[in-house]
Amino acid sequence: MAGAVKKRGNRLERNDRLVRLALLVIAFSAVSVLVVITIFIVGQGTPIMFRYGFKSFLAGSDWYPSEKLFGLWPMIVGSLAVTAGALVIGVPLGLSCAIVLTEFSSKRVRGVIKPIVELLAGIPSVVYGFIGVVILVPFIRETFGGPGLSVLAASIILGIMILPTIISISVDSLQAVPPSYREGSIALGATRWQTVKMVLFPAARSGIIASIILGMGRAVGETMATIMVAGNAAEVPGSLLAPVRTLTSNVALEMSYATGEHREALFATGVVLFVIIMVLNTIANATSAKRRKQP
Amino acid sequence: MKRLGPRIEEKAVRVGLWVLTLITVGVLLFIIFFIMRRGLPVLSLEFLTANPAEMGKSGGIFSTVVGTAALTVLAILIAAPLGVGTAIYLTEYTWGGPVTRVIRFGAECLAGIPSIIFGLFGFILFVTKLKFGWSILSGGLTLAFMLLPTIIRTSEEAIKSVPASYRNVSFSLGSTKWQTVTRVVLPSALPGIITGIVLSVGRSIGETAATIFTAGSALRMPTSLFSSSRTMSVHFYILAREGISMSNAYGTAAILIIAILGINVLTYYLMNRFIKRYS
Amino acid sequence: MTGGAAIEVRGFSQYFGDVRKIRALDLDVMRNEILGIIGPARSGKSTFLCALNRLNDLVRGSRHEGTITIDGLDIYGPDVDVVELRRRLGMVFATPVPLPRSIYENVAFGARRAGIRGRDRLDVLVRDSLEKGGLWEEVKDRLGTSGLKLSGGQQQRLCLARILAVKPEFILLDEPTSGLDPISTMKIEDSLRRLKAEFTIILVTNNTKQAARVADRTAFFLNGELVEVGPTARIFTAPEDQRTDDYLRGRFG
Repeated sequence: MAGAVKKRGNRLERNDRLVRLALLVIAFSAVSVLVVITIFIVGQGTPIMFRYGFKSFLAGSDWYPSEKLFGLWPMIVGSLAVTAGALVIGVPLGLSCAIVLTEFSSKRVRGVIKPIVELLAGIPSVVYGFIGVVILVPFIRETFGGPGLSVLAASIILGIMILPTIISISVDSLQAVPPSYREGSIALGATRWQTVKMVLFPAARSGIIASIILGMGRAVGETMATIMVAGNAAEVPGSLLAPVRTLTSNVALEMSYATGEHREALFATGVVLFVIIMVLNTIANATSAKRRKQP
Repeated sequence: MKRLGPRIEEKAVRVGLWVLTLITVGVLLFIIFFIMRRGLPVLSLEFLTANPAEMGKSGGIFSTVVGTAALTVLAILIAAPLGVGTAIYLTEYTWGGPVTRVIRFGAECLAGIPSIIFGLFGFILFVTKLKFGWSILSGGLTLAFMLLPTIIRTSEEAIKSVPASYRNVSFSLGSTKWQTVTRVVLPSALPGIITGIVLSVGRSIGETAATIFTAGSALRMPTSLFSSSRTMSVHFYILAREGISMSNAYGTAAILIIAILGINVLTYYLMNRFIKRYS
Repeated sequence: MTGGAAIEVRGFSQYFGDVRKIRALDLDVMRNEILGIIGPARSGKSTFLCALNRLNDLVRGSRHEGTITIDGLDIYGPDVDVVELRRRLGMVFATPVPLPRSIYENVAFGARRAGIRGRDRLDVLVRDSLEKGGLWEEVKDRLGTSGLKLSGGQQQRLCLARILAVKPEFILLDEPTSGLDPISTMKIEDSLRRLKAEFTIILVTNNTKQAARVADRTAFFLNGELVEVGPTARIFTAPEDQRTDDYLRGRFG
């Protein structure tokens, strides 16, 4: 045996090393792309922010590119408003669905509802926006007044769009709670809802919070649907029924014809978006990490 | 106020939760039904195979179908090898050290970036600086970067779920690392990996914000990688927003939904059969 | 070749990070014997097997001291082809692990990795290995069915056939029958007795009776150390170390 086991050429090992190197290079592709994107967006967008001053850029309430006024405040408020609205709609509906799916339905019912929810995730955002324009906006206009294109419309549509995110992650978190928790609680005489409220929710809390934050990220980043139903007026919305423009819509609407400083300002909008999303993602990751560390 | 007894609270809550759930399900079914009711009648073989005429007011959507297919194929051709390769590296060749953390952080950040920012980025880098112009090339590259994190994540999960015992057996029989990966790990992980790729295909078909700024919105049939082209979702958006033709808009939307849902259903079916055959 | 130690272990210790799993092991394994290794859980028995075929190398932070020499070759030496080494020491694990393939492909797996091609050659090899593993009669008509469809005992014999197909010189078995019914256990033990003529066999088992039935010599491991080793009959009737006696009488473990 001794002889045969001596290294018969380094061929195999060299191959393995080459493969490993190639895969390492490939693996860095994701990082490189991220780095390149960050460099570009930040590189194109920050000079103008310095030039006009952060305060006037972020807090200025006038956005008139033709007069060199680049105040993003209305859009920042806009994004926050529709996101908050989306959460008001999406979280109760989504969590209810998640709870019903995991705790209150039989396997058969689950087999029907779960695929339907997953289908929700596959519908393109433009279709959501379209439904909003064709059905929701006229309805709001006729029932509540105002132009119909409003914070309310955007909130409802976005709320529906973030449902799959909230539902699927919450379902995962709830299912990850050890069965012994449930059994223990029921054995002590608690009803199912009491079990959910006092045992499962706290145990799955970080996962549920992570799902909400990710839903927030989705809502903040959504473009097409908001363009179609939000009205796109670059003013701080005065009420739920007022039209509003989000940061994303700001970029999408003016990209095609913006030049020079105007274009830089749009990149700066992108930078603001970028920062918001990164912050949200980091928080979501931190809460998920906490979840993984929990017993 | 007297506290409601737990029984009553339980019943009330159950009813409430179910109502909300049914609202959720109802909304979805309504959306699909609404689109299909007006869209299906528009669909015909001619609609699918004829090119748009009069800015889309009449004719079909064939050039947009081709454009969508071209963009998606290009995006997957780039993103799938990169994504699966990254997943293989992360699960099989590293041990969770700092390198892994950096790579994973990069992938997760990428996953959260909104599509409009990808559109912005693609516009500046591919369309403008690299002078590809509005083209399938620009669009495909941009979409590839968008899909990369999803493919990495789903592939990683699929590879991780291959039992460690399979690897041990392979090594103990005298396989190299690469042989183990290609002969044992990947075949077992394949259903999961393919599911992830197909999900990405669905996502890329429905993507509008990133494609409109990189592939443009030209209606004519694309002739090369450098042709500008309109995807079905962009076409739908323009038809609807400009009010060019509502019926064609519904038709396009119907096709979009059928395509995406159809792909998902087909994948689950294929994967289930595949899994049954091998275990 | 007659007699002579096939494997010589001298002062061998195995660490995983800071944890020492095997301590200063001195052990000889004789050619064409069945060496049984008994001992309570976590005493380093499986770790020892995995040190022989260097499967421990795959675990992060693993390192060793001392030497293991097989046929005069230091297996941890710089010139050693680990892949080939593992082929020469076939290992059967505690839980049968058929690969998700047909029976034929399971057995042919290792051979294919070694570069053996050609349908005819493989056919002969597969049949030969399944016969040696005691499974041929039961599966000869359904080589194309999935290996996962076999019963536990059949799966384990499939795993045995699988390693035989790569023509090892040693067979390492890590508690191979712990989950199996008595008949399957007996079939495997019969196979081992037959295989002894051609191979050197090391059998880790938590079933002392199995060691008594099958092993020529038996070694007792405790807490990563070799307590004693000797002819099976003597170990079981007149152990030299009190700890061995205690274990065999069931006073612990």
